[in-house]
Amino acid sequence: MNMVDAINNALDNEMANDKSIVLLGEDIGEDGGVFRVTDGLAKKYGNNRVMDSPLAEAGIMGVSIGMAVMGLKPVPEIQFDGFSITILDQVYNHASRIRNRSRGLYHCPITLRCPIGGGIRALEHHSESPETFFAHIPGIKVVIPSGPYEAKGLLISSIRDPDPVIFYEPKRIYRAIKEDVPEKPYTIPLGKANIVREGKSLTLITYGSWLRESLEAVEELKTDIEVIDLRTISPLDTGTIISSVKKTGRAVIVHEAPKNLGIAAEIMARINEGAFYSLEAPIERVTGYDTIMPLASYEQLYLLNKEKIKKAITKVLSVKG
Amino acid sequence: MKIIKKFEVPYLQILDETGKIVSKREMPKLSKEELKKLYYLMVLSRAFDEESILLQRQGRIYTYASLYGQEAAQVGSAYALEKDDIAFPSFREHGVYLTRGAKPEALFLYHKGDERGASSKDVNVFMPSIPVGSQIPHATGAGMAFAYQKKKAAAIGYFGDGSTSKGDFHEAMNFAGVFNAHTVFLCQNNQFAISLPVAEQTEAETIAQKAIAYGFKGIRVDGNDILAVYKATKDALTEAYTGKPTLIECLTYRMGDHTTSDDASKYRKPEEAKKHEKFDPLLRFKKYLIKAKILTEAEGKKIQEQVKKEVEEGVKSFEAMKPYPAEDIINYLFEKLPDELIPELDEIKKIAEESK
Repeated sequence: MNMVDAINNALDNEMANDKSIVLLGEDIGEDGGVFRVTDGLAKKYGNNRVMDSPLAEAGIMGVSIGMAVMGLKPVPEIQFDGFSITILDQVYNHASRIRNRSRGLYHCPITLRCPIGGGIRALEHHSESPETFFAHIPGIKVVIPSGPYEAKGLLISSIRDPDPVIFYEPKRIYRAIKEDVPEKPYTIPLGKANIVREGKSLTLITYGSWLRESLEAVEELKTDIEVIDLRTISPLDTGTIISSVKKTGRAVIVHEAPKNLGIAAEIMARINEGAFYSLEAPIERVTGYDTIMPLASYEQLYLLNKEKIKKAITKVLSVKG
Repeated sequence: MKIIKKFEVPYLQILDETGKIVSKREMPKLSKEELKKLYYLMVLSRAFDEESILLQRQGRIYTYASLYGQEAAQVGSAYALEKDDIAFPSFREHGVYLTRGAKPEALFLYHKGDERGASSKDVNVFMPSIPVGSQIPHATGAGMAFAYQKKKAAAIGYFGDGSTSKGDFHEAMNFAGVFNAHTVFLCQNNQFAISLPVAEQTEAETIAQKAIAYGFKGIRVDGNDILAVYKATKDALTEAYTGKPTLIECLTYRMGDHTTSDDASKYRKPEEAKKHEKFDPLLRFKKYLIKAKILTEAEGKKIQEQVKKEVEEGVKSFEAMKPYPAEDIINYLFEKLPDELIPELDEIKKIAEESK
């Protein structure tokens, strides 16, 4: 399965088992979503469970909150990352704090799905990486899978989670990676990072679509590098990061979002707090630039690549400890 | 050019400001006991309001938004709700909470800055929403959930005239129409959004007419006439159970300041508010009840005394409450606190312990 199929399969599995799950979003019904992630689900489960919504992102999130507090488990979709910013008010001022404000009387089980990132030569506002905005909000979990198998397990966990989750799907790898994915439901726990490759000389920390290029870079360098896929951006699995860096003494962090206040900055701060005395070299980060995501003509220049990652690894490894 | 569609905006008044029934045909079916209960709830709301302002002035609670003048709109609409209906209020709807059975002590507690007062079990009123209008989509969503669950229940969204400028209002109304939500939209047009008069909020002659754009009924009612508010809400709920939303505009008047942090004399002449005293929702209802021999002056007095006692007991009881454990500021973030946050939990506990 590719990631589109895996997510579709996860939704199908969960909807078959739990009638309280409803989908809501623009063009997700008959059209199956602009990336076809929800293809066939409206036909199978009906228009009252897979709802084509009017074109209003904040409204989609707002009504999902109303449904969630009344016992449904909405899985709304925002069509593109750039438009997910309009839901910030509802996420920040409501979804994140309903359990807290009501001292547990109400809660808000929503999994908001949205494609993220560049790499498909899309229009303006269609290639953004806004995960930091949501990761900064207490009470919100942010999940970004790195491939089909991961996407299915993490999405099922997100849907079963009793609290709100922002689930960003790296659109660059929607169809680029194929893996064996079980047809039956399975879960991957939220808030736990995955050590994809063990090693002793350096810790590479990444998430989402750049895991693939990171692994390729590591293989080509033929060194003993540990690679961590965060899976969940918030809450961060600091424990896994710290024990790895304590072992390796070196770290490189890779993400597509701009550098300024990106997730890498937070990870560096946590390494500083938890593994400072184990460090043998300054930490490097490979991130997007602190500029507006350029249009297709310069998209590749902005985006990360294997060479940029290799360069950062080589630099950190070259520092004598 | 030809006219392809014409629309109407109905207006409902049952009780005029002199306490006279002007539309007998529309009179809701309410027993004498229920009418007395309505009066009691209005008196309770006002007494609670007066006490809250007093407590705020004494520093015993913090910022408070007065409902003075809006008792009929709040009590009348909330009283029309059935047990399974749920209200999504803004920050001024204390009368809605009290009508639905919330205790004054809970509302005082909330205004003392204690989350435990924001919601009460079995009251079926959601926590007050402070970001203006942001709760309206929740009422739509809850109404969509009831439609999906095929439940005979409805959600009612409360908001003011200021909210109707926000996208949330329009998106919520549009979704409700499209999805046949079991929802009633109740706008208390109190004619001010802090300082901005409604005439500068919208060029539309009524707020009720905004419903027409979304494909359902909008009605303006005399918001100081509790019988009209009750009747309009009851009718709207009956429609809502079948998937037909309604927008009710209760035309009322904010007699007090926006909140205890506001001084309305800066932008509104005190004489202007004074002029509205003759439209007082309590006065006219009492006049009617006395004239119709539903209530005696002696019974009216008894209600005043009973309410005073209730409010005083509420004050006593909220002031006697011990603060909640400090760690609860983080304990309710998620169902299960992630390991990541345990160190913060421990630090909060430690600081609280040390400051004892």
